[in-house]
Amino acid sequence: MFCNSGATVMKDSKPPLAKGGLNAEIQSRIGHQLRAMYDDVVRQGIPDRFAELIRKLDASEPGTPQVTPRGDLDVKNDGRD
Amino acid sequence: MPLTDSLRDEILASVPNLRAFAISLSGNGDRADDLVQETLLRALANIDSFQPGSNLPAWLFTILRNLFRSDYRKRRREVEDSDGNYAKTLKSQPSQNAHLEFEEFRAALDKLPQDQREALILVGASGFSYEDAAKICGCAVGTIKSRVNRARSKLSALLYVEGTEDFGPDDTVRAVIGNR
Repeated sequence: MFCNSGATVMKDSKPPLAKGGLNAEIQSRIGHQLRAMYDDVVRQGIPDRFAELIRKLDASEPGTPQVTPRGDLDVKNDGRD
Repeated sequence: MPLTDSLRDEILASVPNLRAFAISLSGNGDRADDLVQETLLRALANIDSFQPGSNLPAWLFTILRNLFRSDYRKRRREVEDSDGNYAKTLKSQPSQNAHLEFEEFRAALDKLPQDQREALILVGASGFSYEDAAKICGCAVGTIKSRVNRARSKLSALLYVEGTEDFGPDDTVRAVIGNR
């Protein structure tokens, strides 16, 4: 289904890209697929988990957002394991 | 610099992009969200080392990228195992073209060497300049350009050179993937 673009199809040996650069149409398709995959996640916005995390850190130690080794912010256990 | 309200808001506003980066790198949503969480904790704990006026997203991406790489080394075997499972998943898919195409793209992306995959995502999807991507990856600008080019070539070969009936790593694909 991808082979209708007039791109050179080679069955064996080297890929057809070594000389003459990449097929522009294929490259634009790859760019589009990559961004579609990425933007799909971006559009999901900020999950509550992270807004909550920042809020907790803010509330528990205003001004000094240190993550203490004692784990008293209880974020390490949040939803893990 | 200290954590101001506006800096905190900016960090939070970066979360969607950090998640997209993490998922693109790891191919696994749960693991990606853990990576993002760890990134936020590290960023907040080290906020003093952030230079005011410098590129906050690039700083956060650098943290996430380094976390992913140390994590990746630990999990390498696990990741390789999941490649095999991926092929099985593909074969069982019905011919819903859009979905199949997405799965094939995802699988091809996962076959790229780590260096090339991250360079391609940073430049081609996150929208960083070659210069910023080079800083994030701790390498020269020319290196990033060459990684992006090689990533594009390999994706072309993986996705468009062969027919789509069998996406398994046949000889041609093996030759193209090279040194995994």
